Amino acid sequence: MIRFLTQFGRYILLLKKVFSKPEKPSIYFKQTMHELVYLGLNSVGIIAIISFFMGAVITLQTAYNTENPIYPTYLIGLGCRDSIILEFSSTISALILAGKVGSSIASEIGTMRVTEQIDALEIMGVNSASYLILPKIVATLLFNPILTLLSIIVGIVGGWIAGTFSGVITSEDFIYGIQYAFIPYYITYSMIKTLFFAFIITSVSSFQGYYVEGGSLEVGRASTKAVVFSSVLILLFNVVLTQLLLS
Amino acid sequence: MIRVKNLYKSFNDNLVLNNVSVTFEPGKTNLIIGRSGSGKTVLLKSIVGLHEVEKGEIWFENVLFNELDFIQKKDIRKEMGMLFQGSALFDSLTVDQNVKFPLNMFTDMSSEEKNERVNFCLNRVNIINANSLYPAELSGGMKKRVAIARAISLNPKYLFCDEPNSGLDPITAILIDELIKELTEEYSMTTIVNTHDMNSVMKIGEKIVFINDAVICWEGSKDEILHSDCAALNDFVFANALAKQLRSSLK
Repeated sequence: MIRFLTQFGRYILLLKKVFSKPEKPSIYFKQTMHELVYLGLNSVGIIAIISFFMGAVITLQTAYNTENPIYPTYLIGLGCRDSIILEFSSTISALILAGKVGSSIASEIGTMRVTEQIDALEIMGVNSASYLILPKIVATLLFNPILTLLSIIVGIVGGWIAGTFSGVITSEDFIYGIQYAFIPYYITYSMIKTLFFAFIITSVSSFQGYYVEGGSLEVGRASTKAVVFSSVLILLFNVVLTQLLLS
Repeated sequence: MIRVKNLYKSFNDNLVLNNVSVTFEPGKTNLIIGRSGSGKTVLLKSIVGLHEVEKGEIWFENVLFNELDFIQKKDIRKEMGMLFQGSALFDSLTVDQNVKFPLNMFTDMSSEEKNERVNFCLNRVNIINANSLYPAELSGGMKKRVAIARAISLNPKYLFCDEPNSGLDPITAILIDELIKELTEEYSMTTIVNTHDMNSVMKIGEKIVFINDAVICWEGSKDEILHSDCAALNDFVFANALAKQLRSSLK
């Protein structure tokens, strides 16, 4: 318990350092643009592939579980849409990004720590925590909602293709289903979750990397811890946010 | 002038600096020597503020540095340059961008002025036509020289070097030593070098501080070091076979 509180205290102190006034905003802006490409744009491919197959599987599973004449077939489209918007595009994408982006952040910052690059920044009088972490947080907060929207679109397209090509639903029924009883607030809910998850992934992974002590072995461990802790926190916050936003 | 007074630093229960007091001479090359694990690097990193000390005072001229907060320390840190043991160049930046980094961060120079300054610093350390290379593409000696170029880009008042010639061949090590000495004289910097290389001591040392088992055992010049009464220092200075033979022949 004491160890947890110590770590939590260090995390809060790191965030305080991260959110202090930037030395030179123009440099931070350039860094943020770089991170948008590195952490955001480079994740488009993996999110698109995963979302496509996720949508396809949800459609097929829903179809096989609703093989009953009482249920209209357009419910398959509705089920696919709601599952993707409410849960899969925000939470599953966040877990994937925790693996891809989180481990990358922890190992990048961790390597900078063990090779004294962070010390070099400090010696120059640069707030290393802010310079290294703030652009990453801003970039993911800006780009992850775009990734979630992309995931929703590609997921639904994946569901439509899988449903129509396998013959479990007609194209008309699927399109009717994804338009039926649409609640726009679900998108807001998904976006709010995405913002929380983006902050968790970046800040927790940065924290793990920033306080690495030792060598390459410890950098590897920090990278693993970053993925594990981010994932657990994402799942925990998923429950809390769902209770707060949908109840 | 940099002064350290009654400094204490420990890691868990291991006391690494025990009541260390020393004054480093301004405008000269000051050397901290000692065996591996004796506390040299901890002393150097404590002076520059990378380690928080438990007790004691670190003075830069008339400013009590270790009592300042991060923002207040910034002004003094802009006057510091540091060469790390592993060079600590930023992996993701080219040689040019590495040297330009402090200029981008802390000056309002125009792009042309920055390029001019970068080329001047790189020429000064004999790095030619390597502006677009990344640190991974450089040799150990080149990395050290680029790190020196970055350290002097803002015309620092103080230069700190942590084992500048570790991992280098003897000839490159001498070149790096000479470069540090020349730059110290050229810019009238107060330079503090951590080393356990006796070649460096005899080549560039003006004031030498010997640290052993967390305490300062001896202070003096390179002329005095060969005639010291300090047994630990003599063991250190005459540790290798050649030095032992030389000593016995002198006796």
